[in-house]
Amino acid sequence: MAQPIKNNVVLSVRDFSVSYLVERGKVRAVNNVNFDLHEGETLALIGESGCGKSTLTLGLLGLLPNTGNIDSGTLEYTKRDGSKIDILRLSDRQRRQFLWSECSMVFQGALNALNPVLRISQMVYDTARAHGMGRKEAKKTALDLFKKVRLDANRVFDAYPHELSGGMRQRVLLALALLLRPQVVFMDEPTTAVDILTQRSILEVLKQLRAELNFSVIFISHDLAVAAEIADTLATMYAGEIIEIGKVEDVFYKPRHAYTLSLLDAAPRLSAGSEELQSIPGSPPDLIAPPSGCKFHPRCRFATDICAEQIPQPEPQPDNPLHLVSCHHSEQVMAERTGASK
Amino acid sequence: MKPKNKNVPLIELKNVDRSFETNDGVIPVLQDINLEVYPREVLCLVGESGCGKTTTGKIIAGLLEQSSGEMLVNGAPLGDYPRKERAALRRSMQIVHQDPFASLNPSHTIGQILSYPLRRHNMVNGRAELRRRVWELLDLVDLTPPGDIVNKYPHQLSGGQRQRVSIARALTVNPQLIVADEAVSMVDVSIRVGLLKMLHNLSDMLDLAVVFITHDLALAKYFAWNGRLAVMYLGRVVEIGRTPDIIRNPAHPYTKALLSAVPEADPDITRRKQPMRLRSDAIPSLLSMPSGCAFHPRCPFYQPDMCDTKVPSLSSPPDYEQQVACIPLNKMGDLVLYES
Repeated sequence: MAQPIKNNVVLSVRDFSVSYLVERGKVRAVNNVNFDLHEGETLALIGESGCGKSTLTLGLLGLLPNTGNIDSGTLEYTKRDGSKIDILRLSDRQRRQFLWSECSMVFQGALNALNPVLRISQMVYDTARAHGMGRKEAKKTALDLFKKVRLDANRVFDAYPHELSGGMRQRVLLALALLLRPQVVFMDEPTTAVDILTQRSILEVLKQLRAELNFSVIFISHDLAVAAEIADTLATMYAGEIIEIGKVEDVFYKPRHAYTLSLLDAAPRLSAGSEELQSIPGSPPDLIAPPSGCKFHPRCRFATDICAEQIPQPEPQPDNPLHLVSCHHSEQVMAERTGASK
Repeated sequence: MKPKNKNVPLIELKNVDRSFETNDGVIPVLQDINLEVYPREVLCLVGESGCGKTTTGKIIAGLLEQSSGEMLVNGAPLGDYPRKERAALRRSMQIVHQDPFASLNPSHTIGQILSYPLRRHNMVNGRAELRRRVWELLDLVDLTPPGDIVNKYPHQLSGGQRQRVSIARALTVNPQLIVADEAVSMVDVSIRVGLLKMLHNLSDMLDLAVVFITHDLALAKYFAWNGRLAVMYLGRVVEIGRTPDIIRNPAHPYTKALLSAVPEADPDITRRKQPMRLRSDAIPSLLSMPSGCAFHPRCPFYQPDMCDTKVPSLSSPPDYEQQVACIPLNKMGDLVLYES
């Protein structure tokens, strides 16, 4: 766990900003996001509703709705053969080829993501044909993947989506996403709408597939617990920005941003016995007119004058260059956490 | 009408069944539910979708009637009370729904939403008192200053604020019990804890019992730590007892499976967890329920001829404080892995 930092970078995101134009003005949904995704790495983007995590992934894949606009940034993708692609410069045709064979996506709500009037087999064939894979090979690969995700492969292959349970559908989506052996799979809250035991089986399947097929995952969720379990790297998002990113253990055990700390303090843990949780006062900011300086400062208990005046930049931590934090008071935050655990 | 004695349950469900008729047949959603809710207590119903927790909550809140069995209120069947008193008792059980976007009328202001029940049930005399009471309620749920809120419409509030309005609305009629049905599931993590703490404070301050329905075990644990937990599976309560007893030492195989399956917000702990292997992932359909214990087709501790023949009833196995519906556990005091 959390080792693949040394591997090759598959996806490099620099200064990526997305905004939506609405009647009231410009919603800055994603602001100057930077990160590298390595081969075989699972990156979890954690944040609350409206923090921009879904917009970020849609933007990365070029799937933004018409009102969405990419304001700046470069997205460099490295193929298996080492050649590099600028995702933002792909033509529509190239993008259609790129999606699914290089990057695929598992959407939230498996019922909506599968066409209800088509058999699973038809969806497999359609996907395969669009990317020049033959029927026979597609069927063989799909059946093999269905077995890997612990489905009754032959039955599921000929089934309609409504004949499958929620957990089965989610696993079908996972298998479909892997049909063309992409390097990166985006997952948007894949376990949010499912039951505990179903979630467990999806997580187990995902871990096993990852070990066998070695793909990278960008995992979007508001669920800290799931991220703690499967992520190598954790990024916390607030108001469209990645405010802290680092190895999952570092972010969980040595949070340096006040928001990450607050989020961790608000999450109940089963093993903790009676516990005192802290809520975060206030509510997420309006992204049309965000607060000045650090966008979290109106809700932050560490905030001082500088927080309202200067936008904090992501700084590598002195003791850990891979742990980047955008907080004027990261030292105080860390001091409080380590002080509290003693 | 006031709770006389903490030992007399506010609500008692006795052998309650509830089924729904559909084109595919009769669906037994609840079977033989026995449950008490005591004054001022927190009772948490947990289980996966389709286990009947919401139906149970709706029966307790008086929104649904049981198909058979009895519901006692303050020790007597609701039907035995004179009409006026029955209405008052019905009123004292309120519900807060899951989705605050759907449960508040979008074309009414918050002030109106809170005024209707106050006026309808003659809780106030005159406009001045009505206004004072509305402000007081908003204050109670920390929507301050109330003057900023009363004239707003639901869409102008955040999800957390809307849920506070729902709670305030439930409080208009001075209930003794609130059923909170997944009341914080749609609210962000950072806001959630504030809502739960407020519910706790209200329960203390106003002597409220809270029936808290959730699918989130960690949340259930946090909210009901000083109360009780009832774990439901396919229409039955399979384990019930004090929350710490169940969380620290789960007895029923289903509860064990759930607790071992939940990821924890702690990388080391969650990666060390050993999820219990079930014999099958498939959840049986309510239309064709397994014989005997409904969990037996999935249970790794299944005992042939024991689990698939008789429906287990709740009792306390040796070494456990809580009550469990598991025949091998209750008979032998121990679970043995099934070998096929």
